[in-house]
Amino acid sequence: MRKEIRDFKVFNKQLINDNFILLSLQSNDKIPEILPGQFAEILIETKNVFLRRPFSVHDVDYDNNLLIFLVQIIGTGTQYISNLNIGDNLNLIFPLGNSFSVSDKYKDVLIIAGGCGIAPMLLLSKFLFKNNIKPKIILGARSKQHLLRTDAFETYADLFYTTEDGSYGEKGYVINHSLLWKDIKFDFIYSCGPESMLKAVAKYAAKRNINCEVSLENLMACGIGACLCCVTKTIEGHKCVCTDGPVFNTSQLEWNN
Amino acid sequence: MEQLDIKIKGLSFKNPVLTASGTFGYGEEFTDFIDLNHLGGFIVKGTTLNPREGNPYPRMAETASGMLNAVGLQNKGVDYFIEKIYPRIKDYNTNIFVNVSGSTIDEYIKVADKLNNLEKIAGIEVNISCPNVKEGGMVFGTHCPSARNVIREVRKVYDKIMIVKLSPNVTDITEFAKAAEDEGADAISLINTLLGMAVDSETRKPKLSTITGGLSGPAIKPIALRMVWQCHKVVKIPIIGIGGIMNASDAIEFFLAGATAIQIGTANFINPKVTIEIIDGLKKYLIRHKFYSIYDIIGKLEC
Repeated sequence: MRKEIRDFKVFNKQLINDNFILLSLQSNDKIPEILPGQFAEILIETKNVFLRRPFSVHDVDYDNNLLIFLVQIIGTGTQYISNLNIGDNLNLIFPLGNSFSVSDKYKDVLIIAGGCGIAPMLLLSKFLFKNNIKPKIILGARSKQHLLRTDAFETYADLFYTTEDGSYGEKGYVINHSLLWKDIKFDFIYSCGPESMLKAVAKYAAKRNINCEVSLENLMACGIGACLCCVTKTIEGHKCVCTDGPVFNTSQLEWNN
Repeated sequence: MEQLDIKIKGLSFKNPVLTASGTFGYGEEFTDFIDLNHLGGFIVKGTTLNPREGNPYPRMAETASGMLNAVGLQNKGVDYFIEKIYPRIKDYNTNIFVNVSGSTIDEYIKVADKLNNLEKIAGIEVNISCPNVKEGGMVFGTHCPSARNVIREVRKVYDKIMIVKLSPNVTDITEFAKAAEDEGADAISLINTLLGMAVDSETRKPKLSTITGGLSGPAIKPIALRMVWQCHKVVKIPIIGIGGIMNASDAIEFFLAGATAIQIGTANFINPKVTIEIIDGLKKYLIRHKFYSIYDIIGKLEC
């Protein structure tokens, strides 16, 4: 898949809670097919930010040439993005990275997402749905108001929730959800979120011999496999999260540090 | 017609824009964005005798106008390069150099010797300035007698162009420039990264797994320019300027300070087309100032 560098315009920007925005970027040209899990490196043209910032593609609207991102405002770069106006330019390098494996071999699939880890999962749910697979999703967040984009998922997935304060769904972390401890055997688990959560998911999957893929978000400089900064340790040595990932099968990862 | 072509020890470069080792992979990472045949040359990732896993994550920290890296020469070793990578890149119509590194003089010699027979490799860049490895690297580049030794021994086994990449982490870089020239280097490239560090005030921990790392980007450009200018006054061999070049105007500054060619490093991470944009910018500069050749501005700083 050919990578390209392209200018987009901010088409829509919607604040969806105190620190998340849904950002739609429009191109004059057709968007090439984006696979679930792939990301873009966005150029941040403001003081104190030097490198591009990587963001998972949340959704694609091919008819209107739109790339859609779910952005958590956490630093100077994301603050800059949140301050953009409709019509402003943003320069992207995309599509980057590998993607989640989608196969009709796996019927009972589970998605586990924590916080911002929900970002790549809408595109994944749509892909699964297209392949006649309706995934179950456990979404976890701090509280009810931090559960994001639940409406967008409803057509494509069966949703389950956990919140840390118990304000919605089951109280606790995603890994504590009762769905995981019922007598259901999943064929495949996809997960994205904080590393501690991913490690717990990986452990759960390994114990039950379930195929499990996680999307990692290591610090990156180039995003195209040139700088070798974003590596993660695998059973085959250091691999670049930007080109060999961001999606890794957990059986490949060496997480015993 | 404005002329960007230069020569280093009889070798022609279609333009003076090269890419810096460790920022351009093996060139292949950039072929979606640019035509490698349009570059003056590129310098592939630091290559060692044996495969190296490099340093643990995290290896990178963004800093004011730059970044620190502590990759630690991750590469699959010279034999893998020769067998797997060289056949894929050898037919590009540009000058390809291999950056050579080692922990001992013997390793430098062995790697250089293996590369000597590769027809389509224009030369090597001897890296005596990597700050991210425990042994070798910068140890050679910051101790003048050691630098002399490595350069002399590699020169004995390597017949084509030998560039020596100098470390800025020294009191007087001109001593090392002169040593390289005396021992038979065909050109010197400078500067490698400056040793630095970054701290996370919230977690009270270093941001790099190795604590210290190499600083690159526009933050180091004034130092790089100064060192190129100092070396230009004391050596006759060509100087390849490196350090925070983000655009054509930055590049021109290096030519004026005495560089015959330049390398683009960190800028490749932000704009993978930057090399081609700089080549275009250099042409426009020559036209705008009515110069015929890039040689008309090399070392022509008006002091």
